[in-house]
Amino acid sequence: MLMTWLLILPVLIILVLLIIRGGPAISWAFLTEFPSNGMTEGGIFPALLGTLFLVSLALVFSVPLGIAAAIYLSEYAADNWLTRAINLAIINLAGVPSIVHALFGVGAFVIFLQFGTSILASSLTLAIMTLPVVIVATKESLQSVPHAFREACWSMGATRWQTIRRIVLPNAVSGILTGVILEVSRTAGETAPIMFTGAAFFLPFLPETVFDQTMALSLHLFVVSTQVPDVPEHLPYGVALLLIGIVLSMNALSIGFRVYLRNKKKW
Amino acid sequence: MAKQQQSLRRLDHRDISWYIDRLVQILMFMGGISAIVFIISIFIFIAKEGVGFIGDEFSLSEFFGSINWRPTSETNETYGALALMVGTASITGMAMLIAIPFSLGAAIYIGEFATGKTRETLKILVELLAAIPSVVWGFIGLTIMNGIIIDLFDVPIGLNVLNAGVILGLMAAPIMTTIAEDALKAVPEKYREAAEAMGATRWQVIWRVVIPASKNGLVSAVLLGIGRGFGETMAVLMASGHSINIPGSAFDSVRALTATIAAELGETAVGSSHYGALFTLGIFLFLITFLINLTADLVVRGIKKK
Repeated sequence: MLMTWLLILPVLIILVLLIIRGGPAISWAFLTEFPSNGMTEGGIFPALLGTLFLVSLALVFSVPLGIAAAIYLSEYAADNWLTRAINLAIINLAGVPSIVHALFGVGAFVIFLQFGTSILASSLTLAIMTLPVVIVATKESLQSVPHAFREACWSMGATRWQTIRRIVLPNAVSGILTGVILEVSRTAGETAPIMFTGAAFFLPFLPETVFDQTMALSLHLFVVSTQVPDVPEHLPYGVALLLIGIVLSMNALSIGFRVYLRNKKKW
Repeated sequence: MAKQQQSLRRLDHRDISWYIDRLVQILMFMGGISAIVFIISIFIFIAKEGVGFIGDEFSLSEFFGSINWRPTSETNETYGALALMVGTASITGMAMLIAIPFSLGAAIYIGEFATGKTRETLKILVELLAAIPSVVWGFIGLTIMNGIIIDLFDVPIGLNVLNAGVILGLMAAPIMTTIAEDALKAVPEKYREAAEAMGATRWQVIWRVVIPASKNGLVSAVLLGIGRGFGETMAVLMASGHSINIPGSAFDSVRALTATIAAELGETAVGSSHYGALFTLGIFLFLITFLINLTADLVVRGIKKK
């Protein structure tokens, strides 16, 4: 039906436009140089690196926690009110507006825990915000491991944890990985939660510790397209293209991985 | 007595792996409840920063009844959020106007008509669509959509309800499509076969049987779309024009609740009443989206029970 294509077509047109207008801006210098002349010239290196820092640190927090939560929900939890409450909390964690997560980050990490506006505060905010992505993906891949595998292991006298570690997790690890890749793409694109918790408009130097501020690619796009006057047109298009390129290729990787796994699966 | 204890001890097979197992179970449980802990602490921390304002300068009638949002006025600060609420509502309404027919159409096509490879490809495309970051959407609204609206409708500024609504509609459509398609898929094949056996055409089957049977899922898809619209920040900030206004037409600029927080939080002093007012907007947004998500969840649970 037409509707589907009407939905997809404008996006394809927009992508093509981004590539045409932003493509020429992307060069090696663009990727490796600092912004110069009031951010109207030069590259985006500190923003690119900052996004990398933010995403990696956010993963450090959210991946172990998300996997633990998913293991609990899939392997331990009984069908009771607590499990329902946890599921509802996960849905809401995903549904709460990103700017509310930002307010939480300011209230909890920047002010209450006195991290200040820092990479640490930003990453923690991002980690909590994207936690549902890891939980949902991991839970699904754990649940797709047949129950008979677990029973076979239990009957050998293994404890629950031994079963999970030796049987369930190895069979689900690739599914978990798809979830993590998906989370990377989500985290890299978020802007609102990091605006007030640790991402800076412009910094002439690179961050040295997790208590420093950093630039970030997503915020940089916002800044060069709305806050800075007289930016040559190709610059924000270049940043947008790069950001969308990173996010979409991560997603494509995750999807490709999933399709590959589904074809390979033996049960 | 001693003998009894000894025999009991012999029965007890607790070794190191038993204790590890217990420990891990506790750790996993803590991971599990972390989601609850986070959602509660989000509310507590936002409320904590907003409560000073609510107790002090907040007036219910002003907040919900006045369109004067003048937090930086020198003589008389006013915090009327009505225009912001209307702004958010009008953008979300416009977005739903676009997203509901598109996503429903797409879901019906993907779920009922497309087969094999086409179906898989379309699902992947829809998924990729959902992945585009909101700041990129905002940028698209600011540049490409802005130009299109100016050219097409001959208006001076293209950053308005229509622009933000179209952008938001495109953003919300993929997730709505996915959920709606799940709902359609959940309708038992028997229903379709029975209707076809009565001589119904394919379209009649969909319109009279499949859609009514999956009503709940479709409603929750729309609810989640609305939730998304209420909460979207960067795209709305960049595409709506960001001026306080009760819109008279789709070509008026408006300002959204989320965008107000995003634009003003950076300029306020911690603990000031302006700062508290922004957190109060946050509390309001939190409660609204919580309610929407809860309703959507209850509606979906409704179908599962049947």
